[in-house]
Amino acid sequence: MTEENLLVKDKEVVVPGEVLATGMSYLPGSGTYRLNENVIANRLGLLVIDGKVLKTLPLAGRYLPKKYDVVIGKVIDILMSGWRLEINSPYSAVLPLKDATFSYIAKGADLTKYFELDDNILAKITNVTSQNLVDVTCKGPGLQKLKGGRILFVNTHKVPRIIGKKGSMVSMIKKATDCRVVVGQNGVAWISGTPESELIAVNAIKMIEEKSHISGLTDKIKEFLEKATGKTVEIEIPADSGPDNEFAIEEEHHEHEEHRDERSYERHGERRYEHREYRSRGPPREYRRYERKE
Amino acid sequence: MTKYTKRLDNRGMEETRPIEAKAGVIKKADGSAYFRIGKTTAFAAVYGPRELNPRHMQNPKTGILRCNYNMMPFSGTERIRPGPSRRSKEISMVTEKALQPVVNLEDYPNAVVDVFIELIETDAGSRCAGICAASIALADAGITMKDMVAAVSAGIIDHQSVVDLDGEEEHIDEMDVADIPIAMVPSTEEITLLQMDGKATREELLKSIDKVKPVLKNIAEIQRKALKEKYRSE
Repeated sequence: MTEENLLVKDKEVVVPGEVLATGMSYLPGSGTYRLNENVIANRLGLLVIDGKVLKTLPLAGRYLPKKYDVVIGKVIDILMSGWRLEINSPYSAVLPLKDATFSYIAKGADLTKYFELDDNILAKITNVTSQNLVDVTCKGPGLQKLKGGRILFVNTHKVPRIIGKKGSMVSMIKKATDCRVVVGQNGVAWISGTPESELIAVNAIKMIEEKSHISGLTDKIKEFLEKATGKTVEIEIPADSGPDNEFAIEEEHHEHEEHRDERSYERHGERRYEHREYRSRGPPREYRRYERKE
Repeated sequence: MTKYTKRLDNRGMEETRPIEAKAGVIKKADGSAYFRIGKTTAFAAVYGPRELNPRHMQNPKTGILRCNYNMMPFSGTERIRPGPSRRSKEISMVTEKALQPVVNLEDYPNAVVDVFIELIETDAGSRCAGICAASIALADAGITMKDMVAAVSAGIIDHQSVVDLDGEEEHIDEMDVADIPIAMVPSTEEITLLQMDGKATREELLKSIDKVKPVLKNIAEIQRKALKEKYRSE
């Protein structure tokens, strides 16, 4: 019997091929695998120890679509029955006619009336197949065409930091700059306001991206915003987010993910795609109550 | 008995030239790395996974890996004609095959991962340096992979096995020289690249493969350290 040992500390950066633990008492989660007696990392990331399960949170890499993610896409093609969106990922998404608007769109209608080429759209992913075919919907709170403004590309893995706890970071930027800001899970941010304030918002977001690992980041950003806008900024963590706050939704989903991990581990392997669905950010807001009853 | 008892640059028989590695050197790329061994310097940039065009090249079962090895015109003593050559095409292909076993391409169906390797300075062992750099760059790009791939050349000079031939040693005329580039997956000791240029007996070859294994594990450690360093300094 080999010794059962954890070789790496929690929240440490691990690299592919690094042996994380020896012995059979630790279990491989996402981003890790088992080779004989060892649990080994298979991507660059932060190690998270969740009980007996070892997993890694990615630090780099392209966005891979996940069910229920809210993303910003750009129309790249108009199809017979919908629109094709580019979502800053290796795979493009399709917005079908029936999910585009709440109103009825007749067959053969001129689709450019709704969304034109190069339009930016805030949409939610409804389904991802095993082949990474992606379906999105525009039906939902806040999901719509994004008119005007500017687009900023950020590291997808830093989106949670940009949004902040319950949307605190992004709502601070919004309040300070009077800009409308939307950050998609796919690392696309949309900012709309006066040119000067847009610039401040862009710089603030870039700063968060660069210094995402620093503790007390919120205070630093607050300082930056106060200096740039000349206004006093208050940090507030919304107790309960309003229905139009899409960012808060994102954060709550993260909590969901944490809860689900142990359960999802049991399904590891034999039902890969179901497992992947389970690991997604939890059910959308409107279905949640229903699920709790179950 | 061997006449080659001391190496031309006073290195130990199983000692490599000084190695330096760094991750994330090209900002625009999804992942990048720099790997230098002695006077051989390789840069690697990884783009993707991204959409693969033309469509007919797409594979619904798995993503594909595309490697491109290129020597800069000024990299050696003699000017290299720019553009693909028979040699660079071959090395691109073997690099691809050396890296493929560790990369979990099934995670990216229909997509492609592009790896570009540029050598700005060459003094033997350039394909090995290229593979080392590419493997760091792939990890830096956040691509899922089972392990790193480490590569170095083994050598046999007048029946004496050595590690990491430099340009001078490669061109010794008075003695038999065999140059054996080897790439290995450290965790499984699986060999993913093995080529040989020169003459050696079966026993000599097997012996030098055994000798090079600990060296390769060491190089893998250097690669991992380079990746961690990127996040430490930030």
